[in-house]
Amino acid sequence: MAEHWIYAEQQGGSLGKTTWELITAAQSLGHTVGAVLLGQQVTPLASQLGDHGAQKVYAVDDAKLAHFTPEGYTATLAQLVKTHQPRLLLFPASFNARSLSGRLAARLQAGVAGDVISVELAPEGVVVRRPVFAGKAVAKLHVTSEPAIISVRANIFPPAPAGAGSAQVVVSGAASEHLRTIFKEFSKSQGGKLDLKEADIIVSGGRGLGGPESFRILEELAAVLGAAVGASRAAVDAGWRPHSDQVGQTGKTVNPTLYIACGISGAIQHLAGMSSSKYIVAINKDPEAPIFKVANYGIVGDLFQVVPALTREARKLKGLS
Amino acid sequence: MRIAVCVKQVPDTATRIRVAPNNLSIDETGVQFVLCPYDEYAVEEALKIRSAAGSGEVVLFCVGPPRATEALRTALAMGADRAVHLTELAGLDWVGTARALAAMIHAEGNFDLILTGRQTTDDDCFELGPALAELLGLPDATIVIKLEVGPLKVTAHRDIEGGRAIVELPLPAVITCTKGLNQPRYPSLPGIMKAKQKPIKVVTQGALGLTPQPQVALLELALPPPRQSGKLIKADAEQAAQELMNLLHHEAKVV
Ligand SMILES: Cc1cc2nc3c(=O)[nH]c(=O)nc-3n(C[C@H](O)[C@H](O)[C@H](O)COP(=O)(O)OP(=O)(O)OC[C@H]3O[C@@H](n4cnc5c(N)ncnc54)[C@H](O)[C@@H]3O)c2cc1C
Ligand SMILES: Nc1ncnc2c1ncn2[C@@H]1O[C@H](COP(=O)(O)O)[C@@H](O)[C@H]1O
Repeated sequence: MAEHWIYAEQQGGSLGKTTWELITAAQSLGHTVGAVLLGQQVTPLASQLGDHGAQKVYAVDDAKLAHFTPEGYTATLAQLVKTHQPRLLLFPASFNARSLSGRLAARLQAGVAGDVISVELAPEGVVVRRPVFAGKAVAKLHVTSEPAIISVRANIFPPAPAGAGSAQVVVSGAASEHLRTIFKEFSKSQGGKLDLKEADIIVSGGRGLGGPESFRILEELAAVLGAAVGASRAAVDAGWRPHSDQVGQTGKTVNPTLYIACGISGAIQHLAGMSSSKYIVAINKDPEAPIFKVANYGIVGDLFQVVPALTREARKLKGLS
Repeated sequence: MRIAVCVKQVPDTATRIRVAPNNLSIDETGVQFVLCPYDEYAVEEALKIRSAAGSGEVVLFCVGPPRATEALRTALAMGADRAVHLTELAGLDWVGTARALAAMIHAEGNFDLILTGRQTTDDDCFELGPALAELLGLPDATIVIKLEVGPLKVTAHRDIEGGRAIVELPLPAVITCTKGLNQPRYPSLPGIMKAKQKPIKVVTQGALGLTPQPQVALLELALPPPRQSGKLIKADAEQAAQELMNLLHHEAKVV
């Protein structure tokens, strides 16, 4: 029977929430769920995949795969696909996985759709929906190739719980392709920051913060809520926050359960990147700010008073003080 | 240095999107089209590398309708040397577009570096750069915010989740560019005048030997469900904060 595969992206030797979300996505389509695991010393992770519901694990444990390189990972994955012929491949929508899925699609002459928010099987192929124009519209697409190559946005499917049992593990070697890309180093961002695209809660700041130091009050609220901190382009362009923190059409498109916009006016390019958040909170001193038009809850007020007050309330709620 | 830059024309990011009656494309009335903001970083980087090398050529490659010449003129006005434009779009999905770009680039001879934007602001298809690299048989680095170019290799700093990955690639290579890489210049007036004389070669799928076999088809384009504005809390900071946390906890159940 045709299998559906997920790409279990390990980072620093561990698997995370997005992998379990992909298992749920694959399970929703029926068929045997296989997981591909590439890296060095990754075989011990196979049991976790089984525990979360993968029925088969294709593990390639090889020093050549110690670090992500698009060519090395593409060659090995293409080899596995040719041998086992899965009908569908689901990737997380991380930058590395999307890079890999693009190369793989070109190599296999398959159709690719990135960052999808739904996936279904139709008689003629796979039907997906993906935001375009940074979320200002949604395209429904038909991917007719076998395999269909798809990456799935984080926070769309619930993570598959542990306790499902164990998987059959198939171990093979890496492809013998000559790798031209040399991995040099990876430097973690300070504080091991939670990634915006995966975060469940985001506290975001704009020009209203007035300077880089005031982001501390957002960091404090974020710490209590277990949130990531984002920024508008105005805050990034002013040099207050790194480019990787920018939310919006030319920054990141995010999809958290809760997005708290502080001192952000709500320009169309900003809204494009966050308007699919489940709940939006706006804190702004200007009652006419467009951000209020999309907010579930809004507070008209000075963020320098409101945000610390919220932090205190959140601490109380969590029994922290 | 010979540098190829792939550029696309997209609706201005301030555009309010409306769907055309066919439910397959956007309504283009009143829409202003611009050079894709990410491609501006690619063009700027190419110009910087050319001037650091002291000589070379920056060639633009575009797959898009005839109106896309406007975006090509913008990039030529920034300083690119010439352009190749495929205006015949039938049957091109993303991998098909990558294949078309690969054929166009190949037809213009050898390049040391191929630059693209990280993604376009209309299709948001991050996969095109890597697909192009694969089709050209070259290594790639995506989402690059810093690029050090040597005579035979480049060192690329990639802005990925959780931190920065540094990789080294032999030339030629494909690099996808993102914000932070540089500050794109504005076209100067003399630049705009000169751009009018710079060559734009129009090519066809037939001449490139392309026979598209699309594997992704658009079924429908729709708008996301509109958001309603919700509750506005009017109280002093302490009280407002209390009420908001209460709502987030009991009503929305998100904290
Ligand atoms: C090509 C292009 C791409 C773009 N891409 C993006 C993008 O990806 N992301 C993005 O965010 N923007 C983007 N923009 C920029 C966008 O148009 C806006 O300029 C930007 O979002 C404004 O940021 P802001 O809301 O922080 O600043 P402003 O619009 O200046 O708003 C600041 C807000 O803070 C409020 N405020 C001030 N002080 C206080 C206080 N003490 N308490 C409470 N509220 C206060 C003000 O009332 C105001 O509403 C893009 C623009 C272009 C042209
Ligand atoms: N039709 C096109 N013509 C030329 N370049 C393109 C085209 N589509 C995409 N690109 C290039 O590929 C990058 C990624 O685009 P996309 O994958 O479509 O989001 C863009 O920033 C461009 O550099």
